[in-house]
Amino acid sequence: MTQVISLIQAAIVFGTVILFGAVGEILAEKSGNLNLGVPGVMYLGGIAGLAAAFFYEGNTVNPIPIVSLILTLAAAFLVAMLGGLIYSFLTITLRANQNVTGLTLTVFGGGVANLFGGTLNKMAGGVGQISVAMTSGAFRTTIPALSGLGIVGQILFSYGFMAYLAVILAFLVSWVLNKTSVGLNLRAVGENPATADAAGISVTKYKYLATCIGAGISGFGGLYYTMDYIKGTWSTDGSIEKLGWLAVALVIFATWKPKRSIWGAYLFGALFWLFFYIPGLTRSSQEIFKMLPYLVTLLVLVMVALRKKREDQPPHSLGVAYFREER
Amino acid sequence: MESSIAIRMVNITKTFGEVVANNKVCLDINQSEILALLGENGSGKTTLMNMLAGIYFPDSGEIFINGKAVTIASPKIAFDLHIGMIHQHFKLVDVLTAAENIILGLNETTVVDVKHVREAVKEICNRYGFVVDPDKKVYDMSVSEKQTLEIVKVLYRGADILILDEPTAVLTPQETQKLFCVMRNMKEDGKSIIIITHKLHEVMEISDRVAVLRKGFHIGDVPTSETNAMKLTEMMVGRAVSLDIERSVPVNPKPKLVVKNLTVCDSDGINRLSNVDFTAYGGEILGVAGISGSGQKELLEAIAGLQYCQSCSSIEFLPEKGEKKQLSGMHPIDIKRLGVALAFVPEDRLGMGLVGSMDLTDNMMLRSYQDGPGPFADRKKPKQLAETVVKELEVVTPGLSTPVRRLSGGNVQKVLVGREIAMQPQLLMSAYAVRGLDINTSYNIYHLLNEQKKRGAAVIFVGEDLDVLLELCDRIMVLCSGRVNDIVDARTTTKDEVGYLMTYLKEGKTNHEQKA
Repeated sequence: MTQVISLIQAAIVFGTVILFGAVGEILAEKSGNLNLGVPGVMYLGGIAGLAAAFFYEGNTVNPIPIVSLILTLAAAFLVAMLGGLIYSFLTITLRANQNVTGLTLTVFGGGVANLFGGTLNKMAGGVGQISVAMTSGAFRTTIPALSGLGIVGQILFSYGFMAYLAVILAFLVSWVLNKTSVGLNLRAVGENPATADAAGISVTKYKYLATCIGAGISGFGGLYYTMDYIKGTWSTDGSIEKLGWLAVALVIFATWKPKRSIWGAYLFGALFWLFFYIPGLTRSSQEIFKMLPYLVTLLVLVMVALRKKREDQPPHSLGVAYFREER
Repeated sequence: MESSIAIRMVNITKTFGEVVANNKVCLDINQSEILALLGENGSGKTTLMNMLAGIYFPDSGEIFINGKAVTIASPKIAFDLHIGMIHQHFKLVDVLTAAENIILGLNETTVVDVKHVREAVKEICNRYGFVVDPDKKVYDMSVSEKQTLEIVKVLYRGADILILDEPTAVLTPQETQKLFCVMRNMKEDGKSIIIITHKLHEVMEISDRVAVLRKGFHIGDVPTSETNAMKLTEMMVGRAVSLDIERSVPVNPKPKLVVKNLTVCDSDGINRLSNVDFTAYGGEILGVAGISGSGQKELLEAIAGLQYCQSCSSIEFLPEKGEKKQLSGMHPIDIKRLGVALAFVPEDRLGMGLVGSMDLTDNMMLRSYQDGPGPFADRKKPKQLAETVVKELEVVTPGLSTPVRRLSGGNVQKVLVGREIAMQPQLLMSAYAVRGLDINTSYNIYHLLNEQKKRGAAVIFVGEDLDVLLELCDRIMVLCSGRVNDIVDARTTTKDEVGYLMTYLKEGKTNHEQKA
């Protein structure tokens, strides 16, 4: 029983990281921008939040957790958005190839983050490992009354607030996309920008906003990873990139539906950690288990292709730059 | 009288690069009137209307709506001025429902109010006699449903002036009648309607007035009741111009290609070609005339093995010696293996004919890449061929290793034609071979085609300039709505006759077959 609970907890914590990444990416892809820079954007969010917390904690006599929290969130969101802005400028305004730009952003984000991460580790002195214990603690605070509710408390209420924020954001993005006029316009931009343009929708504005806000949300994934998952430290082992790619896979798994990405994220998390709970695995057979999320994504792709349901297809103009005068 | 003019366009000029699409066009559209805008391909009809819809912006000239000078800089401004255009290619989002498409971009409410839209759509439908299911997804709709949706969309946005760009091109005769009925209802309601069309019988049937454009110029407009199809054709095609293209009498013409019952469907299940019958003879040039999109592309591609044709179709090739060969349903490679020397100069030179980023030699190799020893390609012969083509056809190029997309349009065409005729074709097909070329290069191409004709090849020449067709070809097959309207002798026919055949499907050819 404890094993099952521990697996669920691990799955939800892991899932939260990629849920942020996926929800942001869905928003961007719905505008027709295939941003393969998600891992880079998550890196940027993670390092910006960490740096903000580090400097706030280090330069303030009596740091207040809530202030640090807000600063960290704002820094992560803004810097990740900046990554999205670079991508948007290149692909929307300059009409550069989306795949190449996205991959470059991933390399760029990883490089920048690890450079500053290493620097922060050095600045922290001591054992050469940065730690923002107070802020990380604030991120990991749970509501005692609820988390103490036995099994229910352990499964549902033993996480920091960002785990819930991810779910709320998923529902919010889903609502915006499917129920509001803005969402309708955004979907039209991703499906058929020429039609959207003729209907008086500013394709450029929608693409910029969706991609940048999407990048900001994805950036929260990196922040959650540094603050909650690895408890306010930094490691240059490239694990954020791995999670970023899983977020991209999750978008496909969820067939571009934010609500579906919620349970998809937890499923990915459970599959990823499954090896830990199966006795007698060697190091190499563990890796086979870690492959499962990707395998499931492949299966979903095959199933979607076979079912041929139009609603499950990617936005029609995904990956294509829009140019009004092209005929 | 002044107040009844809904739109007045004065001296509208629009150029694309060096091409003048509209030259000082003046046009009035009255309230409660159906105006037909008539003209050949490239006469500037759609361009002119796009300027009303805010898609293009005129270089000079003025537009007045209800007597007030306006600037239409975007589709949104056009909506605000109550102008709505239904484009030839529908502007609908497939995965959205009818209702969602209708309110797209309007942002009337923060949260989409589907109930309100449903009611409004119902109201419009009842008023004019449409049927639209607001909750149906566009991808589930037929072409005519999509068109109806486009019209409802425009009406929902409060349009008083509707522009329909070739609305009947995709409709069956029954659907066309339904559309006309709706158009009359809208006219009764005080709306002004402009219909762009090539089909003369429809012009005669539906319009109150006809305005004719030719090569960007406004030729004139007449009340429909005071004109007839022949007079309109004359206005549309103009007087014949002499070009002095050489034309020899065909020597010993023998049937080379016998096409029977050729029928091609597109992905929507609409017949692009219906029961096409004709014979192409060796030693003659068979011209193919028709309004663009009448099935010319499908015809050539079906013969070349690039289009799937219906099983009733027969395309027989009769070589000099040996048995006749059935080409229908064959892949281009199979046709080549059969030993049929079939040359094809497609309309899309840098898309289908050549690879733009590859150099001259590599493009020559596209025809011979399989001829090398084993897995290796033979580059020597293509290189020699490229050299010959450059020399003989006077291709202006910095060298053989220049990517062809860097060459001018005329030189690209020379490379393509040079490659195709180098295989000594028995059948040479060309589509719009001189489009965009200057006069000299055009004559070069005519000369090359004539040489092939004298060699005994059957040449099929799809053209758009009637003057050229009349002087270059021996016979002209006129396509109209995917059917062979007639095959006429190019030496005795007139421009008016061909123009008429292009736009007016003869009696007995109009009965639409039931779709399978």
